[in-house]
Amino acid sequence: MKKFLIPLVLFFGLVAFLAVGLKRDPREIPSPLVGKPAPAFSLPTLQGDKPFSPADFKGQVWLFNVWATWCVACREEHPLLVEFSKTQSVPIVGLSYKEIQAADQANGPLSDEAKLGLARERSLRFLQRQGDPYKLSVMDLDGRVGIDYGVYGVPETYLIDREGVIRYKQVGPVTPEILENKLLPLIRSLEKS
Amino acid sequence: MIPELGQFSLVLAAVLSLLLGILPLWGTYRYNTTLQALARPLALLQFILVALSFACLAYAFLNNDFSVKYVAAHSNSLLPKPYQFAAVWGGHEGSLLLWMLMLTGWAAAVALFSQSLPLVMVARVLGVLGLVTVGFMLFILFTSNPFDRLFPVPADGRDLNPLLQDPGLVIHPPMLYMGYVGMSVAFAFAIAALLSGRLDAAWARWSRPWTVIAWAFLTFGIGLGSWWAYYELGWGGWWFWDPVENASLMPWLVGTALIHSLMVTEKRGSFKAWTVLLAIAAFSLSLLGTFLVRSGVLTSVHAFATDPTRGVFILIFLAIVVGASLTLFAWRAPQVTLGGSMGLISRESFMLLNSVLLVVATGAVLLGTLYPLIIDALNLGKLSVGPPYFNLVFAPLMVPLLFILVPGTIARWREANIAEMLMELRWVAAASVVLAIGLPFLWDSWSIGSALGIFLGMWVALGSLHNMVERLRKPGRIGGSFWGQHLAHFGLAVVVLGITGVKSYEVERDVRMSLGDTVSIAPYSFRLVDMVDVNGPNYKATQAHVEVFKNDKLIDVLYPEKRRYFSSAMPMTEAAIRSSFLGDLYVSLGDPIAGDKPSWSMRFYHKPFVPWLWAGVLLMVSGGVIAALDRRYRRRNLDAQLKTVGEAMSNAA
Amino acid sequence: MKRLLLLLSLCAVTAWAGEAQPMAEDPKVEARLVVMAEELRCLVCQNESLASSHAELAEDLRREVRKLIRDGLTDAQIKTYLVERYGDFVLYRPPVKPLTWPLWFGPFALLILAVWGLARYLRHRKALVHQRMSETDNAQVESLLKE
Repeated sequence: MKKFLIPLVLFFGLVAFLAVGLKRDPREIPSPLVGKPAPAFSLPTLQGDKPFSPADFKGQVWLFNVWATWCVACREEHPLLVEFSKTQSVPIVGLSYKEIQAADQANGPLSDEAKLGLARERSLRFLQRQGDPYKLSVMDLDGRVGIDYGVYGVPETYLIDREGVIRYKQVGPVTPEILENKLLPLIRSLEKS
Repeated sequence: MIPELGQFSLVLAAVLSLLLGILPLWGTYRYNTTLQALARPLALLQFILVALSFACLAYAFLNNDFSVKYVAAHSNSLLPKPYQFAAVWGGHEGSLLLWMLMLTGWAAAVALFSQSLPLVMVARVLGVLGLVTVGFMLFILFTSNPFDRLFPVPADGRDLNPLLQDPGLVIHPPMLYMGYVGMSVAFAFAIAALLSGRLDAAWARWSRPWTVIAWAFLTFGIGLGSWWAYYELGWGGWWFWDPVENASLMPWLVGTALIHSLMVTEKRGSFKAWTVLLAIAAFSLSLLGTFLVRSGVLTSVHAFATDPTRGVFILIFLAIVVGASLTLFAWRAPQVTLGGSMGLISRESFMLLNSVLLVVATGAVLLGTLYPLIIDALNLGKLSVGPPYFNLVFAPLMVPLLFILVPGTIARWREANIAEMLMELRWVAAASVVLAIGLPFLWDSWSIGSALGIFLGMWVALGSLHNMVERLRKPGRIGGSFWGQHLAHFGLAVVVLGITGVKSYEVERDVRMSLGDTVSIAPYSFRLVDMVDVNGPNYKATQAHVEVFKNDKLIDVLYPEKRRYFSSAMPMTEAAIRSSFLGDLYVSLGDPIAGDKPSWSMRFYHKPFVPWLWAGVLLMVSGGVIAALDRRYRRRNLDAQLKTVGEAMSNAA
Repeated sequence: MKRLLLLLSLCAVTAWAGEAQPMAEDPKVEARLVVMAEELRCLVCQNESLASSHAELAEDLRREVRKLIRDGLTDAQIKTYLVERYGDFVLYRPPVKPLTWPLWFGPFALLILAVWGLARYLRHRKALVHQRMSETDNAQVESLLKE
């Protein structure tokens, strides 16, 4: 009469899955872009000179970091990024994501130039105060480039290789452990190739 | 002081539940009636202590004692008093205490209303309940203590989540928990029966009213949750297949199978092992639900904020309780006797089919709810399984269930005669088909979905009425059990018709309105006549005044609001609803729109037959209560009752 | 005469001014959006659809989908567009592929298995009960068969 054991067996299978599930974060979404070419774009930069596009950095390994002055979690990783930029040769390109928020337009809509101007001003002030880890920063005011990159929260960081292919995506702030255990080894192996 | 008293009371209750879990069961093992007799007083005493603890927490809330961390997190001095009370179960810790109150409450009820049960049975049932209670007590005391203090004491609390500041919160969780927790009684009876080695019709007879009452509460709780979502969330949805909603639906589906299976076991002594398994499953699903809601493994709007340690604890508890039960089942079930014979087509086989369909439906819901977790655990990626899946899979399973319901109620026990049944149901069938084909034309839109829905709803409704009329023609007393079941079936039919109606015919208009503008959903039209500012006790609101016309005659004025609670950044929509027998008019106020004329975005809905959903649920609940209160369960001399295992007239319930 | 006609038509327009304008600029596009958005997930919410969420990303994505509808993409193409960026997670209706075959076909398979098992059990049971008819249990059952 082994059939009476079936419920028990099925149940323990269920418990096993639930136990593994406890260690997972159901809200973290892996990126389908890993292993694919970084989506193209051409955006104005923080500094204001010519626009930047990912093709400009072909031939080198670089980091693409999504940030904004209103992002509280970004402050956690900012010092680490500044430190990184000083000691490492891998450039960090910032994506200033949706810097202009609803509150900025509470008294009436702003023109595109006004938005860009305000975003630049605020971001520059922030970087002056907190340190600037970025080789350059591009301004994604309406978030469209963010959507192309599958950005759903800030901060996020992409590691892009010499061919312009995304090799790794970090959702949430970069921590020292992630830097040590995931990013740096990967950077080293990519730089060798 | 009072919080400490509450905590102390809880600790005492935990000790008592440990004693309750051990002593009477030991007494049954050792044939020691003194130990067995301890069960009832222990059960009553543990309830009193938990109730005291609960009262202390409520006191802390009502007196704005923000030195208690839990109170500071979920209350505020501006919160109206009724919500201050309801806030007791507004968060994880307090809602667990509510669970405890219910669990010990059910145990106390069993202690009080089991005078006709043999002592050894009572000892076992209460003992099992005690063991379950111990687990929860340890969980509360070690990981989720609502009485933890907070220093320094904040000046005011963080306030109750505005979504919860609503009459729905006052009643939905307690009713739902009564149902969830009530399944523990059926579970305890099943375990007690397995322990005793005697699974017979008597056990089924004793179990049944408790199970039906728990089922009624669960039905009520789920219905309330749906109703609350409907009027509170502002877009008129009432079921989202959210994991937490599914967590309450699964015990309900299995509970329904259990009730029907218990009926067969009681009547013919058959399906004993299956019924026991269903009883274990129903409560296991309740526990699983608790795990899903509080562990953080699944994302849900209903989920409590938790940490993984709590999840681990609940999982271990779940593994022990269900694992032990299923082991006991695997050990004892093979020895169970078979019971009466039954034909391929018989009432018994219809009941079995009922069980099968409900269990498969439960399996489908469980699969859909857990699939993202399973795929993630296997490192195969991240998936979402939402309403499109559940609607596509669940509805087709319900179709055969609703269809067999009617023949199931008229089939003879042991051996049913199909030709006879077809003959008896010919008018019900014909009427249902005619109405299904004809009624949609009244609303100018015919679709196979609405026709099918109307057919099934009418089939069950007319079938139930047919049964009632036929029985009234015969002589003899008709018990509550009979009325209860047919009323509940009728209620189900009303729910089906309601769902069909609203899904087929609802209309939405999403418009921008300035003062004086109108919008129409024939034959109704709405005009925005005013917009005022309103001050609430802990919020500020913009309130629209909307005149409602039917065929150009003014019939009502509605006042939808957009509220901004002081404590929350998120604005809340308070929809205005006008309900009538045939449907609801639902108006929701959105955000102001920038422009030369002041205007607002507003949503207007006509939702036909939605009130039938709630009416149907109430009918089902009433049916359950009436059935459970059938006098034959309360008769002292149960022995005579126990002997009626056997051929029943096809209409006897 | 022309002036009179112009004046009259202006009056007509003002007379219609009371009828509320739909929020959406293009109701057809909006209708398609709503149907699609109900099957898409808001990525930053606690289990809400793209249609009902108020989150900023949800607004952005709705705007994006609207644009894609106007650009003439089919529903399937729009879904592919989003899946390329966010993965299958964004779909509330999981795609039917080998990974999800157990999900989509499981319940149906279970139903068939269960009904077949039920039929087999009922037939088997009949034989079994006949077997046990001769045992003493049966005598007791017989004596209890009264109303």
